[in-house]
Order: sequence, then structure tokens, then C-alpha cells
Amino acid sequence: MSSITSRDVPRGFSATEYLTCLTGIVWREGLRFLHQRERFVSALVRPLVWLFIFAAGFRQVLGISIIPPYETYILYEVFIAPGLMAMIQLFNGMQSSLSMVYDREMGNMRTLLVSPLPRGFLLFCKLLAGTAVSLLQVYAFLIIAWFWDITPPPIGYLTVLPALILSGLMLGSLGMLISSGIKQLENFAGVMNFVIFPMFFASSALYPLWRVQEGSPYLYYVCQANPFTHAVELIRFALYGQINWISLAVVGACTIVFMIAAIYAYDPSRGLARRGPAGGEG
Amino acid sequence: MTSPAPIAEPRETPRPDPAAVPALSIDGVSHSYGPRRALIDVSFNVRPASFTALLGLNGAGKSTLFSLITRLFGIQTGRVGIFGHDISRTPGEALRLLGVVFQPRTLDLDLSLTQNLLYHAALHGISRREAAARSAELLARIGLSDRAGSKVRDLSGGQMRRLEIARALLHRPRLLLLDEPTVGLDVKARADIIRIVRQLVTEQGIGVLWATHLFDEIMPSDDLVVLHQGKVLAQGPMGRVITEAGAQDVNTAFMRLTGAQVMPGGGA
Repeated sequence: MSSITSRDVPRGFSATEYLTCLTGIVWREGLRFLHQRERFVSALVRPLVWLFIFAAGFRQVLGISIIPPYETYILYEVFIAPGLMAMIQLFNGMQSSLSMVYDREMGNMRTLLVSPLPRGFLLFCKLLAGTAVSLLQVYAFLIIAWFWDITPPPIGYLTVLPALILSGLMLGSLGMLISSGIKQLENFAGVMNFVIFPMFFASSALYPLWRVQEGSPYLYYVCQANPFTHAVELIRFALYGQINWISLAVVGACTIVFMIAAIYAYDPSRGLARRGPAGGEG
Repeated sequence: MTSPAPIAEPRETPRPDPAAVPALSIDGVSHSYGPRRALIDVSFNVRPASFTALLGLNGAGKSTLFSLITRLFGIQTGRVGIFGHDISRTPGEALRLLGVVFQPRTLDLDLSLTQNLLYHAALHGISRREAAARSAELLARIGLSDRAGSKVRDLSGGQMRRLEIARALLHRPRLLLLDEPTVGLDVKARADIIRIVRQLVTEQGIGVLWATHLFDEIMPSDDLVVLHQGKVLAQGPMGRVITEAGAQDVNTAFMRLTGAQVMPGGGA
């Protein structure tokens, strides 16, 4: 019979092993997403409803002056497209965190966490995988939007990619941070009311901030402090091949803070302790 | 010390004292959920190439113990070692040597058998090509080669369990934990699972910790650990545990030790 000593086990992990793990997690998340057709459809229908119905109705109500990054008068549909892209990522981030709560309750999360690689890295991979899934959704949206006369410069489709990765990571980390505070699945409806809606409406997704300022200076400050506003602006500028430095700094800083907090706060025993692990103990 | 042997190929080269390093060592482990104490000063070892049955009723603390060994929970008191690697201090090294089959099913139902295995292999940093070869080999071993491309959702309960065992073996662990793996399975499926796991012990020298409350799964050659209300009441080779309890069989021994009512038919 063999015996195992510390010399038999490689210490640490090679870069290849980290990369294999990362691609494996992204690949699995992508496969799962493609199998959930309803999720794909609903992820697309939501922004399209805003685009086709809401924007059409509001087109006459809201006049948009020429503000950067736009160089001409634009239709309201064109204005809200970046906001809707960010909305896709917001919902996706919250949905990923919802699935993490679900996985934790059902035990699937265990498969991930018994991997020998560092737990922080595993959670980072999970965030990156969620972001990759959101990219699929956003680009599918952009393709449909193109037929609706939302036609950013061709290079914009490329320059928006890094912005989307960063905003996707920020919103995913936020979702994970929130999920670590949720004790059970049923509480998730509260997230919709207290996180998604306020973040979306108190932002520059639907109306330019100078308009908000005219209406209510206080709301204007709230919008300015909302990281989601900066995710929207980062995407908006990047879609036209430009960089909004302030938004980049805010989104970058928020990503780092949310991610570190989420990884630090992530506690797999939460939700399990309530019923006893594996559902077998009281 | 000679140069280390590849993990997959046991060698007969004499070592200083192979038995000195247990596959699993639990040393003075206690755990509380708030005021409720789930484990109280639990200590025992699992020898390499042995089958150790962790015997306890529901609520005895078996699953808590499993969560601690797999690093899902942080250890509050005591120490858990896997082949000498402390799970708190060097979790990477320890987890590399550990395979686990949890009690709840943890497969992706909409992915195929092979896809489930490849995902697990990736989590262990095993390259795609190597993972594909090992998956095929393990699917053959558990008799599911012809289902490799099917969705897991279409498998029976027993087949899913076999797949979970195959998955736990992908990274060639030297210690395998199974948490009540036969719960809810029919007689044939149970027998298959038990046969596969016992082969791993005799043929590959894997140390097995098998949590159960079904006495008919235990054999005279096994080691027993009796866990009751978070405490270890008895441990050692099955014969000794029975003798020391002054009983004739496991059922009676368990009943005497715990004061529990044992159902006729081999289950507690």
C-alpha cells in the first residue's frame, strides 16, 4: 500500500491549473445559461420592452439636447440604449447571486468550494463567468437594437467590451455581496424592491442628469452617488469610442471594494446552519 | 526517504512507517451553531486502505463533521488532517487528496455525464485532454459509458450516485468521504454502490469514511466510529466495538451504546 507524505503532494498551483479552473467555470456557466432558454429570452425581452414601448412613448415627452458623447441630436431610443445594456447586467448580476443562494441551499455550491484552489479565486471565477454570460445577453440586445436604428460607430462594438466587463464585474460583485447577506431564498424579492429598482431609476439610464437636476437637486446628488449611473455613463461613452474618466474611476473603485467585500463576506455555512448541513440535521 | 511514488501507482517500497500518517485524523474537534453544540471533542482516525463506517442517527453530527473536513465550515476547535495536511492551514494540499460524495445530489442536471465530469476536473486544474481520458475510464468503471452524452436528468437515482462517485475519483484522491450515499436507493443500486466503493479500498488502497445509519452496510473487517449527539461513544474494529459493548451484533451494540431504539431490519 502506498503512503502519502507531504512530498507526494505538489505545493501550490501552477498558472495552467488556475487557467484551466477559470475556463472550466466560465464554460460550465455558459452551458447552463444556454440550456435555460427562458432565462435568455426573458433577459432579452426586458430591455426590448423598454426600447420598443417605453422609449417610443417617451420620445415626444423628453427632448434630449446635444450632450457628450453624442455629437448630434439623437432619438430617445438611442439615449437609453446604454442604460438598458447596464440594466441587462444589473439583472444578470442579481440573478447570478440569486442562483448562488439557491446553489448554497441545494448543495451545488459545495462542488465548487471543495476545489483545492483558493476560495477567493473560485469566487472571482464565478464572477467572471457571470459577466461572460451578461456579455452574451448585451451583444444579442445590440444586434436587435441595430435593426431599431440604434447604430453606434462600428468600432464602438469593440471599445464597449472592456467597459462591459468592468461594469459586469461590479454589478456581479454587488450581487454576491448582497447574496452573502441573504439568509434564505425567500428574502430575494426584497432585493428587487430595494436594490434593482432604486439603482435603475435613480441613475442616468432613462434621463440625462441635467434634466434630473432641473427637477430635483437632491435626486441629482443621489444619482451622482449611484455607482450604477457611472456604469451607464462608462458604457455610453465607450460605445462611442470615448472614455469617461470619472465613471471609469468610480466603477473601477467600486468593483474592487465590492469584490473584496463579497469574497470576504462569503460564508458557505450561512443558510446551512439554520437547518443543519446537507438538510440532514435539525 | 526515497523519491515519492506517483499517487496513482501504489508501490511496495518500505517507508519509515506508513501507518504513522493516517488518511484522515480528527483531533479534538468541537463545533457549535450558536448555542447548540453539534460536535463535542470528536477524535478518531481513518487508516489508509481501510473502510471506516461512521455510524450515527440523523442529527448525530455526521454532516457537520463532513462540512468541517471539506473546509465548508471553518474549524472552531481542534484539528483536521488529511494525510498530515492541516485543512485549516494548508487546505489546497489537503483537498487535493480528498474526494467527497455529499448527501444531497450536487450534479448539473441539464449537462451531460461527461460535461459534469469535465467541470469537476477543471476545478482541480486537470487539463482538458487528461480530463477526457480519465472521464471515459471512470464512466467505464461505473458501467455508464453508453450514457456519456445523456443529460444527467435522465439517469436513475442509483446511476446519479455512481456518477458522483466517479466524479469524486477524477482527481485521484487517496481519501474518499461518502455521506449516506445509499439513502433512497433500491436494493440493487445500493449493492452496486457498496461493491464499487469496497473495490476502491481493496484494489486502490483508498481510505474510505462512510457515514451511514444502515447497519447492514457494515462488514466485520470494517472500522467503526459511533457518533451520538455530537460525541464519539465508541471506535475501533467492528468486533472490538461489539465485544466492548457486551453485545452480539452491531444493532445491539449500537442500541446499548446510545440507548436508542433500533428498528428491526438493520436500520436505526
